[in-house]
Amino acid sequence: MNAANTHEAVLHYAVRLGDDSLVLGHRLSEWCSNAPFLEEDLALTNVALDYIGRARMFYSYAAELSGDGRSEDSFAYLRDCREFSNLLLHELPRGDFAFTMARQYLVDQYALAFMEALLESADPQLAGIAAKAVKESRYHLRRSRDWMLRLGDGTAESHRRLQVAVDELWGYTHELFELDDLEQALVAAGIAVDSAALRPAWDAAVRATLDEATIVVPAGDWSVRGGRQGIHTESLGHLLSELQFMQRAYPGLEW
Amino acid sequence: MVTVDNRIPALPAEEYERRQRRAVSTVPALWDLLDEVKDPEIPVISLWELGVLQDIEQRGEVVVVTITPTYSGCPAMTVMAEDIVVALQAAGYKQVVVDTRLSPAWSTAWMAAAAQDKLRAWGIAPPGCGSTGVAAVCCPRCGSPDVRELSEFGSTACKALYQCNSCAEPFDHFKPI
Repeated sequence: MNAANTHEAVLHYAVRLGDDSLVLGHRLSEWCSNAPFLEEDLALTNVALDYIGRARMFYSYAAELSGDGRSEDSFAYLRDCREFSNLLLHELPRGDFAFTMARQYLVDQYALAFMEALLESADPQLAGIAAKAVKESRYHLRRSRDWMLRLGDGTAESHRRLQVAVDELWGYTHELFELDDLEQALVAAGIAVDSAALRPAWDAAVRATLDEATIVVPAGDWSVRGGRQGIHTESLGHLLSELQFMQRAYPGLEW
Repeated sequence: MVTVDNRIPALPAEEYERRQRRAVSTVPALWDLLDEVKDPEIPVISLWELGVLQDIEQRGEVVVVTITPTYSGCPAMTVMAEDIVVALQAAGYKQVVVDTRLSPAWSTAWMAAAAQDKLRAWGIAPPGCGSTGVAAVCCPRCGSPDVRELSEFGSTACKALYQCNSCAEPFDHFKPI
């Protein structure tokens, strides 16, 4: 890649990572005042804040790279579904508490390894964002893994709900480990994370947790993909309609 | 032979550099001025003591203040930046720029023992041991080490919620990161 191509590719990469963070952060924020008890309400919304903060850092960097007057808000509020490039796992509706925690666990186990790898990025700003995120993800994982064990090895009802959640989520995890041309080129340049290489360790860790939680590992005979190319599930549009409402109704609104 | 008593406490390299920047600064009065700007949610410790204030430079008419965020989404960061601008403008510095630096990532290891003691006096179990030398989480009210974690997250992103088994007091613990 020449310098101009690299510049453009890093911009897209930062937006992708920002989209993952924003969409998941929004899903978590939907639990505000709806969690099963007060401590969980605080925990879910605090994790949401970490993700929304991450989105802000990635979008701010993308805005700086764009140099065309776009801001972090332009990326968050003024793009439609097809322009969002988040991995589908992040946008699935929050479901019940078991679904939210199972998704969070699968994401945390991935995000921790991803951010540890991004620390080594040749792009100092991406490495800097990873340095903040890695500490938070370590903490997130401690909590979400604990919930997997409590729900899986808990009551018959919590076990049933967690198994259903894992079965529903599993087909969306394959996409986490697939790289398109843009990401492969950035991996070659030492900038992006080779997420395919993270799979064996992720698989081993997740299987160990599911075993301990007495949850059956799904067969893995179906998969859905398309988020990085802007091909989304029907839920993203509903999410954006709420997330973007104020800017759409009152363009340019500021607090 | 090195004994426990005469070892020099290990200071993280980035914290040493932060203190050096202040020590050799050409604008010491500005650092002193910003000592008055406290954490909006913990008004007993300053942004300097918290480790958020990284650097102050005067470039002509413009004062450039560099801060590092605590947690990625900490809502207090915006208030901190505004408080810095207000404090400097009140002192006659009309042009103030607050820059955010992500790396090195903020760490509670930058918080001096005196600041940790202030947190404890305010009712928050500090991230380290402060002047007590005890690394475990202890009740800030009665000092008992017999405590339990109620929730990994407390009233803000940087704290976890604990309860003392000895005196039953619930309290926040500033998480070490």
